[in-house]
Amino acid sequence: MEMYVLLGFVLLLSIFLGLELISKVPSTLHTPLMSGANAISGIALVGALMLSSAGQMQDILAFGAILFASINVFGGYLVTNRMLSMFKKK
Amino acid sequence: MENLANIQVIQNMVYIISSVMFILGIKMLGKEATAVKGNYLSALAMFCAVAITCLSLEIDVKIILAGVLLGGLIGSLIAIKVKMTAIPEMVALFNGFGGLATFLIAWSQFNEPDNSLFQHALVMLTIYIGGITFSGSLIAYGKLSEKLKLGKGSMITNVFISLFYLSMPALIYVVVEPSLSGFIPQVPSYFSIFLVLTLMAGIGFVMPIGGGDMPVVISLLNSLSGIAAAFAGLLLLNNVLIVAGSLVGASGLILTIIMAKAMNRTITNILFVGYASSGQAASSEEQGEVKPITSDDAYLILENASSVLVVPGYGMAVAQAQHVVREMGELLEENGTEVKYGIHPVAGRMPGHMNVLLAEANVSYDLLAEPDDVNPSMDTIDVAIVIGANDVVNPSATEEEGSPIYGMPIIEVHNAKTVFVLKRSMSSGFAGVQNPLFFKENTRMLFGDAKESIGQIVAEFKD
Repeated sequence: MEMYVLLGFVLLLSIFLGLELISKVPSTLHTPLMSGANAISGIALVGALMLSSAGQMQDILAFGAILFASINVFGGYLVTNRMLSMFKKK
Repeated sequence: MENLANIQVIQNMVYIISSVMFILGIKMLGKEATAVKGNYLSALAMFCAVAITCLSLEIDVKIILAGVLLGGLIGSLIAIKVKMTAIPEMVALFNGFGGLATFLIAWSQFNEPDNSLFQHALVMLTIYIGGITFSGSLIAYGKLSEKLKLGKGSMITNVFISLFYLSMPALIYVVVEPSLSGFIPQVPSYFSIFLVLTLMAGIGFVMPIGGGDMPVVISLLNSLSGIAAAFAGLLLLNNVLIVAGSLVGASGLILTIIMAKAMNRTITNILFVGYASSGQAASSEEQGEVKPITSDDAYLILENASSVLVVPGYGMAVAQAQHVVREMGELLEENGTEVKYGIHPVAGRMPGHMNVLLAEANVSYDLLAEPDDVNPSMDTIDVAIVIGANDVVNPSATEEEGSPIYGMPIIEVHNAKTVFVLKRSMSSGFAGVQNPLFFKENTRMLFGDAKESIGQIVAEFKD
């Protein structure tokens, strides 16, 4: 239980940190920021890799989680990069 | 045994380094000069976190390789092939996949033996948030790509809305089920029912929300996918998941608030009420006559203008007119006219939609201005060209108390010397409110497809 209190603390601090970090964003960057954040939420891939393997059902679930998290990670970063490369000053 | 403990220490240290890189990355992503680097940094953080996790694997490596390679291939293909105009639905789709991944992770954890009561509750919460993110994002994808036409009021929508409300007590039930199993009635295979109900609930959550409110929904779903990942991190006792997930949750939340503010509405009003009941019907007083013009007349006026403000909206995205708009802007500049683009934060279907479209068409981003920058000097603008925007330029928001959109910050084009409104027909905008701008003394309506109309003006300039 102590572990959860500690991690809950990390959770709360990270949320506040996030709110402080990005409180003022120019509207030009709204979409790239959203898309970039979306790619980061693909961190679920790390969670998927930590799953245990016991039986066929667990394997299927793990495969699905890895597959979809990978789509999120690769797609998210690439789209963000494509988008950002369009924003240039003349 | 000692070896295993060492691996864990190393993993946790790399996770901390990754977390710091994620934090710096997302900070840099919020500034124009450093955004590209920020994205690279966060990708590097992701790579480190994933690589170090691979030091201790329980799952068969073949499964992992297959999943990562296939997922990477699909994701990359979609990302490279997609047209820039389809970005809103793409972001929604990727977001949904992230939600689905956490949904499956939590499901897998449920199958583990010896979950404590607290873990059980976390599993259910993660499933709920992840599931709603997944099916909600799919619906958002359908709506944005215009494959899904069902809206508020249809029979099917109402069924799903009911399921959404039903899912909340169901969530409470599944959370307390093991701790109160002696006291509350047993529901056989309640877990499978809950899985299905959660997915239905996500559909019911997003389905009734209309097109113009999409920027808010997309930001909120983005935030939810992060929160789901953070909860999965609590579940798996993994700190990088918690930090990265929370950052996404926070950034999505900020965007949601920015969008809601730009509409002068509360988030609950957007999600659960919608426009129809948020105020009494708009006044239907005598509006006067509209004054249509042709592209020829528009050209003559534009030729003599010394400053022009272009205000795009969702209509420009639909007509795919961004390239001709850029061309017109360049021709005007050659003609000695000062051209600016007034971008409202909620114009379009996702946060920053217009910025992306114009960037795709190669419009330099220092020409893009926010409402606060253009409104004070609006009376010096000779011609304001409104392209497929409606509610974001509706003067009722500043003039007519009692209007559903009263108080919403707008781009005050009605203060410009002349206003051109490019529009297909006289239908009202997403809010369903009549726009008095169309009847103003200084407004000229240019009916027809925006791409064609502007194309004609461009052709005239070239002659």
